[in-house]
Amino acid sequence: MTRIDDKFADLARQGRKAFVSYIMAGDPDFETSLAVVKGLPAAGVDIIELGLPFTDPMADGPTIQLAGQRALEGGMTLQKTLDLARAFREGDQTTPIVLMGYYNPIYSRGVDSFLVAAKDAGIDGLIVVDLPPEEDAELCLPAQAAGLNFIRLATPTTDDKRLPQVVQNTSGFVYYVSITGITGAAEAEAGDVRPEVARIKAASGLPVIVGFGVNTPEKSRAIAAVADGVVVGSAIVSKIAAGDSVGDVLAFVKSLSDGAHSA
Amino acid sequence: MANDLFNSFMTGPDERGRFGDFGGRFVSETLMPLILELEEQYEHAKTDDSFWAEMHDLWTHYVGRPSPLYLAERLTDHLGGAKVYMKRDELNHTGAHKINNVLGQIILARRMGKTRIIAETGAGQHGVATATVCAKFGLKCIVYMGAHDVERQAPNVFRMKLLGAEVVPVTSGRGTLKDAMNDALRDWVTNVRDTFYCIGTVAGPHPYPAMVRDFQSIIGKEVREQMTAAEGRLPDTLIAAIGGGSNAMGLFYPFLDDKDVGIIGVEAGGKGVNAKMEHCASLTGGRPGVLHGNRTYLLQDDDGQILEGFSISAGLDYPGIGPEHAWLHDVGRAQYVAITDKEALEAFQLCCELEGIIPALEPSHALAHVMKIAPELPKDHILCMNMCGRGDKDIFTVAKALGFEMGEFA
Ligand SMILES: Cc1ncc(COP(=O)(O)O)c(C=O)c1O
Repeated sequence: MTRIDDKFADLARQGRKAFVSYIMAGDPDFETSLAVVKGLPAAGVDIIELGLPFTDPMADGPTIQLAGQRALEGGMTLQKTLDLARAFREGDQTTPIVLMGYYNPIYSRGVDSFLVAAKDAGIDGLIVVDLPPEEDAELCLPAQAAGLNFIRLATPTTDDKRLPQVVQNTSGFVYYVSITGITGAAEAEAGDVRPEVARIKAASGLPVIVGFGVNTPEKSRAIAAVADGVVVGSAIVSKIAAGDSVGDVLAFVKSLSDGAHSA
Repeated sequence: MANDLFNSFMTGPDERGRFGDFGGRFVSETLMPLILELEEQYEHAKTDDSFWAEMHDLWTHYVGRPSPLYLAERLTDHLGGAKVYMKRDELNHTGAHKINNVLGQIILARRMGKTRIIAETGAGQHGVATATVCAKFGLKCIVYMGAHDVERQAPNVFRMKLLGAEVVPVTSGRGTLKDAMNDALRDWVTNVRDTFYCIGTVAGPHPYPAMVRDFQSIIGKEVREQMTAAEGRLPDTLIAAIGGGSNAMGLFYPFLDDKDVGIIGVEAGGKGVNAKMEHCASLTGGRPGVLHGNRTYLLQDDDGQILEGFSISAGLDYPGIGPEHAWLHDVGRAQYVAITDKEALEAFQLCCELEGIIPALEPSHALAHVMKIAPELPKDHILCMNMCGRGDKDIFTVAKALGFEMGEFA
């Protein structure tokens, strides 16, 4: 059982939906993003997704691209991202952290060394956008062996034939990308999402969290209502980009989590 | 080697799209079903005679193939050593080798019922070739081009517009080829149903590196026949410039199992392969990593962040290289060298003056390496370089580099 498994067991007992937030580590700088991350649990966040900055985020829209650029310009690295997670973990033993990013910084560090360091820093799961099941031997299988969840993305193009392969080595939860597109782009309709969630749950036996295009408390609620939870990323990152104070960012997060939790 | 199956260099990639450890399919889940479908369709087309009949018909009547194999006599005399042949792919319709591959992909796209074609371009040659073939077949064409390249390759931008394509300037990153490829991939993730991504080089997720190589291999196949007709034997050394590596792979591939044929790829050395990374020599100055769907040598920092390369040539300004080259490099079948901007400019001028051929800046890199090694080689040594593009698109860049104002000639 990882912290992620515990969290979902807990939420199931309470009959609550999960609210998952994404921010980019080191955006706009280490201290500010650490302050935001530390405030997330009190703002109702059940699972923290921490973006690992990368120069070429091919699945991300401008909002998250620019967040990554700000972080990199501020000197953020993979190691500092792990340091940030560790600093959070010192004060919070229960809120799961999922590291989300692209493979090259991890590959560059070396998979084995990375997994030891990530586990040690208190990371619970990984979402690596450019590692489909076809490349499971790269990181997915070693990560599971090291006790980390490897969370897969399922998308509208993942058909029934492919779905079993996609969920096969997945653990923790499945992240359903509700649209074909990049982060921060179009929004999903709850009516379209509902049957997809059922399909993925049936195939995986895991909780299904839905993301991409959710940017208001109302949508957070509507999407959470038809899934096991909802992820919001670009909308929160936009507040940070606009220079909102840590308090204002967290107040916005609270409104989104209230939406999800009222579903 | 050719009769030793176990040692063939021509069997890759494997079913996972790997050349040794390089290549693969490092894409998001949204794209995975699309590249699997593409692979299936390509595998089918590859063994379909009607597919190749259509290709050959267009290569002959639309592109103007076979391109000549030309003995550069004055250059040979000037260098005083090896005999220098040029494979004249700059004479193709649209002025470069890029159209060889575009035709293949567009015929495939039509077979797959795709109506919207997207492409990335650096120098603009691949964009122009794609816009051209889309115009011919009445397909919608969107070309992503780094904002910096839009500026330095203005003639090609206008060509694409004349051909009815939409050119999207990409401002993310430093606005060069790598960033254009990111945005093309973002477009593809968004428009999965009707869109075909026509990649311009031997990079990207499997099956692109193999497919683009197969389409470009017409270059090397022709050279085999033409050289045999001209000299009664194969060349001793092949030389080609490398951006992503498609013109080079096209020339090299049919010769990989001819062990007496030496193979040299020429990367862009920019201001010199130095610690400041003012170059685009991925093999000479990079290390393995994962970008744009494949594992290959990349220019990157210690943290695995991708670095922007630097080259006077927009077509070589890419921090990666096709995975098959990475493999050929590691197994030692091909040699890779770097040529600086300055050396390429000298070769550019010499080629104009001695041969009456204005080369593109990309093959000028290959030519510069020919100039380096030819004088030391015996007169019966046969060098064949790939003149993969003409220089019309580059005259403004060259004028600027040589300190001319275009207005001076009015
Ligand atoms: C004339 C010419 N040569 C070479 C290249 C580099 O591409 P590749 O290495 O794939 O042949 C380009 C790319 O734009 C080009 O226009």
